[in-house]
Amino acid sequence: MDRTTLDLWVGIFVAAGVAALIGLAMKVGNLTSGQVGATYEIIAAFENIGGLKTRAPVRSAGVVVGRVGEIRFDNETFEAKVTLRIDTSYRFPKDTFANIYTSGLLGEQYIGLEAGGDEEMLRDGDRISHTQDAVVLEKLISQFLFSKAEDGATKEAQ
Amino acid sequence: MVPMLDRLTHALRGIGHRVIDRVWRLGGAARFFLYTLVLSGESFRRLHLTIREIYYTGVLSLIIILVSALFVGMVLGLQGYNTLQKYGSADAVGVLVALSLVRELGPVVTALLFAGRAGTAITAEIGLMKATEQLSAMEMMAVNPIARVVAPRFWAGVISMPLLASMFSMMGVFGGYLVAVPLIGVDEGAFWSQMQANVDWREDVLNGIIKSCVFGVACTIIALFEGYDAPPTAEGVSRATTRTVVNSSLAVLGLDFVLTSFMIG
Amino acid sequence: MSDNIVEIRELSFAYNGRLLHKGINMRIPRGKVVAIMGGSGSGKTTLLRLIGGQLKPSCGEVRVEGQVVHALDRSGIYCMRRKMGMLFQFGALFTDLSVFDNVAFPLREHTDLPESAIRDLVLLKLNAVGLRGARDLMPSQLSGGMARRVALARAVALDPALIMYDEPFAGLDPISMGVIVNLIRSLNDALGATSIVVTHDVHETFAMVDYVYFVSNGVVVAEGRPDELRASELPFVHQFVHGEADGPVPFHYAAPDYRQDLLRGAHA
Repeated sequence: MDRTTLDLWVGIFVAAGVAALIGLAMKVGNLTSGQVGATYEIIAAFENIGGLKTRAPVRSAGVVVGRVGEIRFDNETFEAKVTLRIDTSYRFPKDTFANIYTSGLLGEQYIGLEAGGDEEMLRDGDRISHTQDAVVLEKLISQFLFSKAEDGATKEAQ
Repeated sequence: MVPMLDRLTHALRGIGHRVIDRVWRLGGAARFFLYTLVLSGESFRRLHLTIREIYYTGVLSLIIILVSALFVGMVLGLQGYNTLQKYGSADAVGVLVALSLVRELGPVVTALLFAGRAGTAITAEIGLMKATEQLSAMEMMAVNPIARVVAPRFWAGVISMPLLASMFSMMGVFGGYLVAVPLIGVDEGAFWSQMQANVDWREDVLNGIIKSCVFGVACTIIALFEGYDAPPTAEGVSRATTRTVVNSSLAVLGLDFVLTSFMIG
Repeated sequence: MSDNIVEIRELSFAYNGRLLHKGINMRIPRGKVVAIMGGSGSGKTTLLRLIGGQLKPSCGEVRVEGQVVHALDRSGIYCMRRKMGMLFQFGALFTDLSVFDNVAFPLREHTDLPESAIRDLVLLKLNAVGLRGARDLMPSQLSGGMARRVALARAVALDPALIMYDEPFAGLDPISMGVIVNLIRSLNDALGATSIVVTHDVHETFAMVDYVYFVSNGVVVAEGRPDELRASELPFVHQFVHGEADGPVPFHYAAPDYRQDLLRGAHA
């Protein structure tokens, strides 16, 4: 194996390795889906965020319009303060609803924005006033059992 | 009674002797590692030495790595689909395949295959060079064999390993894709989008690369040391190659646990 | 400057707990071809390694060009080794390099000469050993004698002042042996170097060397010019030179009484 052929094969090898690395980063990982555009921040307060995590998607009408930034606990209102980073090309009215949904039955949680009818738009640093908490499974089950017990009691009373 | 006591003490002494022997060897290996690092300047000043070794350790391992990756990915896809579809989450098979490969199987299986193929080749080559007095001849010609022979092979191994691991993971994902989408019929869009949403660059891909770099260091230095330390006989070299595979595999699996606990915790 | 290029004084060397050398005294004068002879396992090759600094003596000293070898630091030893050439027992050619690259190896490692100058030097050395036409062959394609000759060309590539030969005649056919004998003598004289030949080939060696040291049981038992030793009456020298089966070096390895051994076997 003379020098030049050897060098060629090593060059191909290293190039293929680097390409695989880049491929892993782009296609398999989420390097590209990291936000590259400009964003503005709005804050939403929830009583219970359930399993919401940072960098979870913020969707409106099912389309990803932003990502969840910080999640903080407000010690005065005892609520969760979630910072949403929305792409600047999307504007939402001041009376937008922010709800926490679950994708699929047991999937990850995300924030869904439902636009209201206000003419004024949310700006950087504004708060969303209408929020709906995440559905917590235990509460749902206890509600269900409670309503079942109520039905049973009313039937007996009748 | 007395002969049994004798045999017991003899066995204990044997264990003690072997433990001390291992510790001595470990010390020797650590010193060897240090020398290799210190004398690495030449590997980079005369890059063609290292490039030549990258060919022999990396390029020649490509075929076994890629073929194994394809099969591992395909099996992952099959097994993953088999279990996931019971919970209605067949769409997640892409995530399963990608995470398994990128986090664990890519670095670890590549390292084990590397130890078996390239590691034994390195051990045998250096052991034979020692047995045929080539290393002695080099020393007598005032050329430090560690700088000239050992260090380029070390850096070649360290450079090749993460590249091979990345190629393993890519090929494995492709194998999983082949089984899941055309063969079984999982939705192509769901396959890729779920994967991209759940595989993180920093936590998964980068950690996997770090792991494979560490494994590269471990496997290569073990292979080099066993060859350098082998008794200069045919039997000595053959035992050294066996030790390379065994010690490399144990080191890789042990380091994997240590690194994973660091990365997760 | 001393007349001796190598001086060994009261050298003792222990290996694996066993004392191999017990007080060796030798002087290798400049420009001569000196042979070190002895039975197998008498530590002849180890002497070469002690001279080359690969091993450290337990007692005594080895001086090369007036410097004590084991007192030198690593760079000092490497400096000294550049003035030495060593021919290993079976050549020890680098199996991954061609004949040309093998001979060029010391030149490329220790000099900054351009490739054209290196090429000329390599061809010169290969021509001296008669293998200029084999320059592109790989070591695996060479016969034993040819490999030995290439190794010789490599050993003299830097025109060393001291050339050491470790059993250069081992396993060679008569023609190759004759070639090597010729080369050792002619190269030594042409380069103005000193040669030390470790061997146990009496016939070839006596024909070409100037002085002989006999080593047995860790000491020098005899020394002198070849004709002196051929006529020597010392029992060891006589047994060695004439190839007698039994003498000071016994035929039988240490064993219990023969009759006892056989009888014990009958009862066991």
